[in-house]
Amino acid sequence: MPELMLDGHALTVADGTSVAAALALGGNGCSRTSVSGQRRAPLCGMGICQECRVTIDGRRRLACQTVCRDGMQVETQP
Amino acid sequence: MNEYADLLIIGAGPAGMAAALAAAPSGARIVMLDDNPFAGGQIWRDGPQASLPAQARQLRERLQSHANIRHHSGTRVIANPGPKQLLVEDDENGWLISYDKLILCTGARELLLPFPGWTLPGVTGAGGLQALIKSGLSVSDERVVIAGSGPLLLASAATATQHGASVLRIAEQASLTSVAGFAAQLPRWPAKWLQSFSLFNRHYRAGTHVLAAFGTDRLEGVRLQQQGKIVELECDRLACGFGLIPNIQLGQALGYAIEGQALAVDVWQASNRADHYAAGECTGFGGSELALAEGAIAGHSAVGEVEKARQWWPRRARWQGFANALNQAFTLDPQLKSLARPDTLVCRCEDIPYAALTEHSDWRAAKLASRCGMGACQGRVCGAAVEHLFGWQPSASRPPYSPARIETLMCLDDTPPA
Ligand SMILES: Cc1cc2nc3c(=O)[nH]c(=O)nc-3n(C[C@H](O)[C@H](O)[C@H](O)COP(=O)(O)OP(=O)(O)OC[C@H]3O[C@@H](n4cnc5c(N)ncnc54)[C@H](O)[C@@H]3O)c2cc1C
Ligand code: FES
Repeated sequence: MPELMLDGHALTVADGTSVAAALALGGNGCSRTSVSGQRRAPLCGMGICQECRVTIDGRRRLACQTVCRDGMQVETQP
Repeated sequence: MNEYADLLIIGAGPAGMAAALAAAPSGARIVMLDDNPFAGGQIWRDGPQASLPAQARQLRERLQSHANIRHHSGTRVIANPGPKQLLVEDDENGWLISYDKLILCTGARELLLPFPGWTLPGVTGAGGLQALIKSGLSVSDERVVIAGSGPLLLASAATATQHGASVLRIAEQASLTSVAGFAAQLPRWPAKWLQSFSLFNRHYRAGTHVLAAFGTDRLEGVRLQQQGKIVELECDRLACGFGLIPNIQLGQALGYAIEGQALAVDVWQASNRADHYAAGECTGFGGSELALAEGAIAGHSAVGEVEKARQWWPRRARWQGFANALNQAFTLDPQLKSLARPDTLVCRCEDIPYAALTEHSDWRAAKLASRCGMGACQGRVCGAAVEHLFGWQPSASRPPYSPARIETLMCLDDTPPA
């Protein structure tokens, strides 16, 4: 069971859980703020819409196509 | 790191897996890549809350048993720098793959149409919700409304129910006559018939579509047009998708001919470009059985096994019949073109409202003036939406086909001039 940090809070999830699912398990599910200030969350769940982009270990990644790993640092865009 | 493949397959869904397995006994050096963490494509998406059918597990085991098949998961195509060469990237590295033959098995994505409130957190695609649940999202005790069109609504509802959600409504835009007509034909395809039976749900309503989603910070409810009446339901999630559209961007960029909205192929699944094939839903929506048959034909054809390819033709024809019936039954109602209000965002990447697009005559003009389609998704969501709303043909995409790291793009500097 990997333990990751989501916006500074520790979170343990089941093996194979995507970061997109973890956003909802450990927070309000949102990933980013749009250019006009709306909060957004994963939409397509399959790597198309890019709504789920977050920073993982310093790199911009798609939460829906990234599997949670132990020690991962996930930061949503405020 | 550079790589060579006799046969390169893009997409590891049913079509890509079948293509690799068909071609493997020839001894060809096969590379299959897919942007998802696991093989299986849309239908056999794996995850902590997914239960893969035996067929999918067997295919995966068979793939692993062939030493000449390499599968790169979590890998996406960034550019096509030279003839028969692709630049790809995974979480760690970027590299070039040169190939002799290519099969595109890039599948399909959901058609997501703009309606008031569709940007609220809590609103997802219909298949999108299913995918998120399989990957570990909890929907236990949540109230879910599923809307849009096609059999995927039932599949998504089944997954949500199985994981503890209470599905309040399944709103299918097609008329009851169309849906009933389709259901009556199902006994022609017995396996599919059984599948749809186990999916049947008493909250299903034909002739019903979403009008708006509402809520302040996140979704609180939806308004539906239900068989002529307006109905409001409070809910925690709305999963809304209007059927599937083929992923043709990469094919288009590689010069494949397009027919309708899909990659055009002949009886061998070959495109207009020599040595370039396509199979599965990027050649038109048709379900997993059709994708498997087309994949096998493409795999055999690509390694020159004409007779073996031909043996799959009857199977393909049979499932093509199913696909035709499906596509006819779930044709979209023109009313859906009027869901967006002037202030409804059409492009979610750049936050461009519907009103900013109506004055333009084509996609190019609208893009240049408004930046619609120029954001991170590169028009894969809004491009399909404006094609539906205004009939605008999306233009071919340009590399990078997906956001790439600088280090990956630097691989291009090592390339001899083409
Ligand atoms: C969200 C969703 C859910 C579905 N659920 C069901 C279901 O429950 N039951 C059912 O019968 N049918 C379902 N379908 C229909 C399903 O698409 C087909 O039955 C079948 O999966 C088609 O197989 P395929 O191999 O053609 O494509 P897919 O299964 O779509 O596989 C294509 C693969 O290629 C990858 N890919 C695409 N472009 C690239 C690229 N440029 N670089 C790298 N990888 C790429 C994709 O991520 C995907 O993994 C679903 C479809 C969608 C979109
Ligand atoms: S949810 Fe659409 S790309 Fe991740």
